[in-house]
Amino acid sequence: MDTIRLTIDNREVEVEKGTTIFQAARQMGIDIPALCYMKLDNLGVENRPGGCRICVVEVEGRRNLAPSCSTVCTPGMVVHTHTMRVINARRTVLELILSDHPKDCLVCPKNGRCELQDLAARLGIREIHSVENAAVSTYKKDTSPSLKRDMDKCVMCRRCETMCNDVQSVGALSAVNRGFMAVVAPAFEQRLVDSNCTFCGQCVAVCPTGALTEVDHTGKIIQALMDPTKKVVVQTAPAVRAALGEEFGMEPGTLVTGKMVAALRRLGFDEVFDTDFAADLTIMEEGTELLDRLGRFLGGDKTVKLPILTSCCPAWVNFFEHNYPDMLDVPSSAKSPQQMFGAIAKTYFAEKIGVDRKDLVVVSVMPCLAKKYECQRDEFKVDGNPDVDFSISTRELASLIKSANIDFLSLPDEEFDAPLGESTGAAVIFGATGGVIEAAVRTAYEIYTGKKLDRIDFKELRGLDGIRHATIDFNGTPVNIGIAHTLGNARKLLDGMRAGMYNFHAIEIMACPGGCIGGAGQPFHHGDSSVIKARMDAIYREDAGKKIRKSHENPYIIKLYEEFLGHPMSEKAHHLLHTHYFDKHD
Amino acid sequence: MDKIELNKCQKDKIAEICAEFGNAPGELINVLHKCQGHFGYLPEEVQREIARHLSIPVAKVYGVVTFYSFFTMQPKGRHSISVCMGTACYVRGAEGVLEELKKELKIDVGGVTPDGKFSLECLRCVGACGLAPVMLVDEKVYGRLEPKQIKGILAQYE
Repeated sequence: MDTIRLTIDNREVEVEKGTTIFQAARQMGIDIPALCYMKLDNLGVENRPGGCRICVVEVEGRRNLAPSCSTVCTPGMVVHTHTMRVINARRTVLELILSDHPKDCLVCPKNGRCELQDLAARLGIREIHSVENAAVSTYKKDTSPSLKRDMDKCVMCRRCETMCNDVQSVGALSAVNRGFMAVVAPAFEQRLVDSNCTFCGQCVAVCPTGALTEVDHTGKIIQALMDPTKKVVVQTAPAVRAALGEEFGMEPGTLVTGKMVAALRRLGFDEVFDTDFAADLTIMEEGTELLDRLGRFLGGDKTVKLPILTSCCPAWVNFFEHNYPDMLDVPSSAKSPQQMFGAIAKTYFAEKIGVDRKDLVVVSVMPCLAKKYECQRDEFKVDGNPDVDFSISTRELASLIKSANIDFLSLPDEEFDAPLGESTGAAVIFGATGGVIEAAVRTAYEIYTGKKLDRIDFKELRGLDGIRHATIDFNGTPVNIGIAHTLGNARKLLDGMRAGMYNFHAIEIMACPGGCIGGAGQPFHHGDSSVIKARMDAIYREDAGKKIRKSHENPYIIKLYEEFLGHPMSEKAHHLLHTHYFDKHD
Repeated sequence: MDKIELNKCQKDKIAEICAEFGNAPGELINVLHKCQGHFGYLPEEVQREIARHLSIPVAKVYGVVTFYSFFTMQPKGRHSISVCMGTACYVRGAEGVLEELKKELKIDVGGVTPDGKFSLECLRCVGACGLAPVMLVDEKVYGRLEPKQIKGILAQYE
């Protein structure tokens, strides 16, 4: 390793060649403030436009101040990160940014979680000298089913643009216009719903301010909970329990399943159920579909569409509807767990308790913002009544808990309600990249071979590499599996497949980095991607601690088929648990 | 802005221009330049075609078009009016001339009249400072202007 030596704030340091001043300072415990800069280490994501100029430092012998995020260290360099000149420059830059920024922090959805607000506090800004002369933009607001854009609050850090283009390869957002009208927007400044946006929400996950936020349904949920004529049930996605604690100051990776259930009960939900139940159901349907296609393929049927692609992730579904309209018959027709849960809740469960579907409100708590869009899709409604009425994010659940005077940390651990609250370890791992396909393998293997698995953990399917592949031996039949997380990696995998580079039987795709644990509805990671890794470890811990770890062994799933559905891919299952896709290519 | 439908000939022209630059994403500005030279402006449909040929998001194309003031998404009128806002013209009352034009034409700077007759723009110095304030209608220069002359000048154009 080539190294160089330099001096930062009167201390000598040795760093790898190519290191920036910003990174070198971090390595020695000097935390230079920054606004636009963002690096997600284990995901290979870096946003470094060098635009905000908050991270400037003084370099001896250099005339102007240097942006530390994009200035590479040179041998013998002498850097000062905290001189009067630097302090003044930083404050002036921030004041100029603030002069064109709304000052309604108290009522901003990002209040308390805003990096611009934090920075103003950190630099001790008490007055904005240039404010009276500054123009203030009044850009039109844009609300989609999932995401809201309030571009007056955009500071042009362009992190969202990096996520949308470089990471997701969606290309819905780009910097447009100049001067005070400069914002990040879809082409022709059309609305997000009219663009090719997939609602993955990764732009929201990295936005430092309130410019990009989720559509908030907490008010509607409080209303439903207070309505005595409504029966309100809730389902919680696997990734939520591995992250919710962060909103209450707990360490990333703390599992709060029991406290979460207790909090939901105290919020007034009539039944606290688990999306994990529906994840087990998804495995039954998707796994059976995989085995059906695989069996016919091995039997010589050339019309079979392989590989089968997972269809749990709503942003991924939007992505292939926009970008791969010729492949609409390739993904599994299985609905996502959220929608399977809704369909079962509003038929099987509603019948069981004798409530009309119109009086049953199904709420989902999701790590995801695309789920808000998904539950509003017309094909998931019966006579205008949606299977899932409202989808809220992990963050929205935290704010509901806080607003309802619940001291989360002192809550006891409680259990989910039966029958839609029982789940297996296979369902829990849906929350991490590779988890859905591992869960499918656990079930498909046993059904296909008729043998018990010797080992339940398929570690070769786990990890954070963007594209992974493994071959699993189904008792003599090799099954090739591909995994991708982020839509950019999904595109690479699909394009590679079309070019004949891969020969997969099944592929799992998740739109967000790390899978649902890195979803856009999760507590903000503020650029620290070790948080995502900690959540992933928590998910696999929860799986390892479960008594039942294979979906087909879930007793309530077995009962559901016996009492109601018949068998996987039965006509009734097909009607309730499967869907179809639309060509959205423009 | 109204959407326009490109005919095959126009689409072929865009394809030809893009191909001339090897359909390379890095040549976007050159492609836009040449397309604007051909069409007179860069409407949405032209940008979508360019994005397709260069394999880049149309949002990126739009971003570049809106960043550089040379590029326009507005078609020009049959007669293009440019008011000089250079220092000499400005101090001798160019702003009053411009205001009168906006009032008469009922359009803003950068706009086109609904009948497509006039488009209005500003520029910096045409090198006729002695005649300030100055405006151009197509190639013709009008100097020592006063707002009250505007109506009469516009009436001369078909």
